[in-house]
Amino acid sequence: MNNRLMFLRNGKVITGLVILAFFTLLALLGPWIAPYDPNQVSDSLLSPPSMAHWLGTDHTGRDILSQIVVGARGVLVVGLVAGVSATVVGVLVGVTAGFVGGIGDESLSALSNMFLVIPQLPLIILIAAQLPSAGGLTVALVIGATGWAWGARVLRAQTLSLRKRDFVEAARANGERTWRLILAEVLPNLTAVIASGFVGTVLFAVLSQVTLSFIGITPVSDWNWGTILFWAQNNLALQRGAWWWFVPAGACIALLGMALTLVNFGIDEIVNPRLRSTGQHARSLRRRGIRPRVGFTPVVREART
Amino acid sequence: MRFLLRRVVFYALTAWAAITINFFIPRMLPGDPVTALLGRMQGRIDSGAEQSLRVLFGLDQDLGLWEQYVEYWRMLLRGDLGLSFTHFPTPVADIVNQSLPWTVGLVGVATVIAFVIGTLAGSILGWRRGTWADSLLPVATFFQAVPYFWLGLITIAVLSVNLGWFPSSGSYDRGLVPAFTGEFIGSVIYYGFLPALTVVVSSVAGWVLGMRNMMVTVSSEDYVTVAHAKGLPERQVMLGYAARNAVLPQVSSFALSLGFVVGGTLIMEMVFSYQGIGYTLYQAVSTHDYPLMQGCFLVITLAVLVANMVADLAYALLDPRTRTEDR
Repeated sequence: MNNRLMFLRNGKVITGLVILAFFTLLALLGPWIAPYDPNQVSDSLLSPPSMAHWLGTDHTGRDILSQIVVGARGVLVVGLVAGVSATVVGVLVGVTAGFVGGIGDESLSALSNMFLVIPQLPLIILIAAQLPSAGGLTVALVIGATGWAWGARVLRAQTLSLRKRDFVEAARANGERTWRLILAEVLPNLTAVIASGFVGTVLFAVLSQVTLSFIGITPVSDWNWGTILFWAQNNLALQRGAWWWFVPAGACIALLGMALTLVNFGIDEIVNPRLRSTGQHARSLRRRGIRPRVGFTPVVREART
Repeated sequence: MRFLLRRVVFYALTAWAAITINFFIPRMLPGDPVTALLGRMQGRIDSGAEQSLRVLFGLDQDLGLWEQYVEYWRMLLRGDLGLSFTHFPTPVADIVNQSLPWTVGLVGVATVIAFVIGTLAGSILGWRRGTWADSLLPVATFFQAVPYFWLGLITIAVLSVNLGWFPSSGSYDRGLVPAFTGEFIGSVIYYGFLPALTVVVSSVAGWVLGMRNMMVTVSSEDYVTVAHAKGLPERQVMLGYAARNAVLPQVSSFALSLGFVVGGTLIMEMVFSYQGIGYTLYQAVSTHDYPLMQGCFLVITLAVLVANMVADLAYALLDPRTRTEDR
């Protein structure tokens, strides 16, 4: 059983991946499987869920299920683009800082610490609000440009501990060039950290983008889950008791966020064996009547007889 | 002392960076919304105010970038953040001054409560790992992934619209005059309860998970085993040996998560129409009040920096290594 399979055997990871796959499918097929055009007004104004409209309609009779289905794409694309761009910057800054050391490291980590300390959401709002048009991709890039620091910090710490390891030293003694040392020796050992940083950034990007849409910075004609909440909030859905308007969209965000967090949990358990041994084996321990105690780390794998 | 000095230098640098970002953003972005607004305001702005707006947004074509920058700093040091467009001609600094205390109070109280509850709950969960306590983790995960504002919407829908227990918006009873009377303070607490509750509920999960993982890591350290072997009571080992060490990363991550919590609280204020700086920012965004937006960002950032400095001070007090280590 190698590490990769173990990743997939983890119940949390499977749950997370299944939910992610579902939303990805929704994002790909959205416009075709949505029962209505999300902008199509109808006579049934603000009606509760029924057979015709599974999740009810809004104040102009638009179908809310269709808005959610169509809106999935906007959410996922922004999450993905922001996640990828932030991860690329994070890897560049973090690995360079950790590997180079000295004054380069000092200044790069000071830079990423600055970006960590400056509150991101107000900064994103400030930039997005002054852009002439804050469409999905623009917002994704703004989020990516401000959200890379956390990954860079974690990667730097990890690279620092890697660069003096024997296998890196051996490669260096062989006369390998620096870029090859980084690409072939250090980066492969950072995969898990990079992956967890990526997943975390996607989550942050999704939450930020939805928030921006909710406060009405992105164009309200682009459907995403935040836009639905924007319309709901501005048309007094709360005061009118139209729960079908704001509950499903928020639940979708929460579900997507939870899926991402679960995947990250799985990655964490791979990186930190102590978490793995407790997390994965709680049930089997209980079955064997062992009560886990502090200072007692159960062995993950026992010899098969 | 070295540690504190390094941190102070770092925060000074960060403050400088934030101010510089604030200076460059309107100059770097395409489009010029401010000229349009100035045009609309023609004749209603006196020349001095117009001048300060020009400095803020870089409309001085005849000045070089460096002179603009110097001029900008000079204005900031005078405490001049320009004039608000929507509340014309109120200075931005006045508006920010009025709303800042509300936010500081809300964020401060909610964050401290969330930190204490979360850290305690996290140490208990980490201590009882591998038992029923682990089944609480998915719940915490869920709350960590929920957007703040949605939780706010749900709380309003349930506790305020349906049950009518709490007001859904505002920060005190409008019939009262702000003063240090029991009645007014009671009203502030009553109105602030829901926003604070939602901030606590949505930020507590992060503390729980962080502390839980640190407890799991720390509790297999040798000194915990030794404490057990000495026959110390369970509670003393948990709080005095394991939690005491596990809390250190928690305090140092306090600084980093504060920005996130503040961001969430700003959104919460928008949802609850709570008259803090987040709501001001929201109004500024929806009315395209650029000077006000910039002023809000600057003040929020500086406030977060100050809070971080306090957290660092606490860290230096808690962790003796920062005091002795000569780094």
